[in-house]
Amino acid sequence: MSTAKAHLEILPGSVKVVLGLGLVALAAFPLIGTDFYTQMVTRMMILAIFAMSLDLLQGVTGLVSLGHAAYFGLAGYALAFLTPQGEAVSLWWTLPAAVLASGLAALVIGFFVVRTHGIYFIMVTMAFAQMVFFLFFDNKALGGSDGLYINFKPTASVMGVTLFDLDNKVTMYYATLAAMLTVYGFLRRLLWSPFGRALAGIRVNEHRMRAMGFGTFGYKLSAFTLAGALAGLAGYLWGVQSGYINPELMGFHMSAHAIMMVILGGMGNFAGAIVGAFTFEYVLHVFKDLPQVGSVNLGKHWQLWMGLFIVLVVVFASRGVLGLIAQVKAGGKTHD
Amino acid sequence: MTDVRLSARQLTKRFGGLAAVNDVSIDLWHNRIHAVIGPNGAGKSTLTNLLSGDLQPTSGSVILGGQDITGWAPEAISRQGLGRSYQKTNIFLPFSVWDNVRLAAQSRDAQQPWNPLQWLQNATKSVAAHARSTRAIALSGLENRAKAIAGTISHGEQRQLEIAMTLATQPQVLLLDEPLAGMGVAEAERMVALLLQLKKDHAMLLVEHDMDAVFTLADHLTVMVNGQVIASGTPADVRADAGVQAAYLGEEHQP
Repeated sequence: MSTAKAHLEILPGSVKVVLGLGLVALAAFPLIGTDFYTQMVTRMMILAIFAMSLDLLQGVTGLVSLGHAAYFGLAGYALAFLTPQGEAVSLWWTLPAAVLASGLAALVIGFFVVRTHGIYFIMVTMAFAQMVFFLFFDNKALGGSDGLYINFKPTASVMGVTLFDLDNKVTMYYATLAAMLTVYGFLRRLLWSPFGRALAGIRVNEHRMRAMGFGTFGYKLSAFTLAGALAGLAGYLWGVQSGYINPELMGFHMSAHAIMMVILGGMGNFAGAIVGAFTFEYVLHVFKDLPQVGSVNLGKHWQLWMGLFIVLVVVFASRGVLGLIAQVKAGGKTHD
Repeated sequence: MTDVRLSARQLTKRFGGLAAVNDVSIDLWHNRIHAVIGPNGAGKSTLTNLLSGDLQPTSGSVILGGQDITGWAPEAISRQGLGRSYQKTNIFLPFSVWDNVRLAAQSRDAQQPWNPLQWLQNATKSVAAHARSTRAIALSGLENRAKAIAGTISHGEQRQLEIAMTLATQPQVLLLDEPLAGMGVAEAERMVALLLQLKKDHAMLLVEHDMDAVFTLADHLTVMVNGQVIASGTPADVRADAGVQAAYLGEEHQP
């Protein structure tokens, strides 16, 4: 099996149809869903942005970062610090500032980590993320282990006229949907750009890339920075939606969940990351709601079921949910 | 002898106590094929890696196109005009033949990975890279295989692709590490014809075990044994060298 096919860089028609139906469902969802579920799907879309940003490293460039949540959380913290206790701030400058903060952190950390390869890259990204985590966790001035509240959602107004109100759950939903689609469109385009082709080349054979004259360090650092900035966009939206930010958002579990989302959906094409984020969050929801059976509370042990679920997916659908869709629609035939 | 494109002086590479390449000096001239032969473990591939920057020499220097490139990274040396192929096929197996060559050709477009404009173009839109790819594919005779996935083509075709990717970077100096390895007779003949054609526009280092090909192609011959040069000169001179006959060429090549 070739990894180009395994990565489904070119989405098969069947997958496109399913994605199109999913988009229609997403566009219509707030009209039928309750507030609770509208918020839940908003959170799924935010995590989808986060998963796509990781996919740029993990699926496209072949860099498995076990510390990607650091850049997610940093932007949320940036919003918390930029929002005063008693009033709202403008979206127009806090969003770029938060994204820039995450991108800058990724640039600095990336400068050190993209020199390493394989297992060392995984370890070093995790080490840096843990440093960031404890910087906030152990520091009362930065909110400590309790985190910080964002009392007012950013305002989006032009010359005193409010364009949209992020306090409104449906508005927040559609703003997040728009952000997710923009990021998806941007990354899909990037995938086929000279930059994206070079990243894919680095994933497959970095040694040959260098022999052909590619300064792979610059490519990997750029990808790492961009991925960090996009994770920041997701983290900012998370802060806006939840109104609360804590160190767990930068923690090891958050980073690991993102890796699982990307694998679950199918790597290297960004659509899989979206599907993976939705699947992961939905399955999580289902497992947490499992009933009490006798003396055992099944829901309490959701991590056990989640682990089992991931193992089953990796064994029986190594190309993720997206690969499964492609395979089913192709009549069970594998074309590779 | 004036048109020297690459010149290595007193190259030595030590791995611990072992001198894999020991005090080797070698010149590559435009429009000439300089073949390096020697038994397995003689240091031929290590020498190639030292010239291409894949390995850093313990001592000695390399001049490429008048520029001292000693200690440079492989990508910098590549961009200075050196192209190399690998003994073990080193291509992008999941990509199509065309995408392999196009990616190599892309390396000669302006590289600005931090530039957002480069994130939004379509890679296939580069006219220059397209022209370089088309030329390299045609030269190496892979026109009919351009759409095939590189991992699925025959070994001989993969060797052709190695050359095509090297050519797509438009080097002035070519280092070819056993381009004929594992090829059938017909494929080898085609490759020899291609190398003769490429000689016209390149300075070429050829590491090869196929003695028929070496004596057909080489303008200059260097023999290495145990990391050292034991003879260097025209093929006729080297063939007559008693030390070389004893060490390497064997009786079948004696006149």
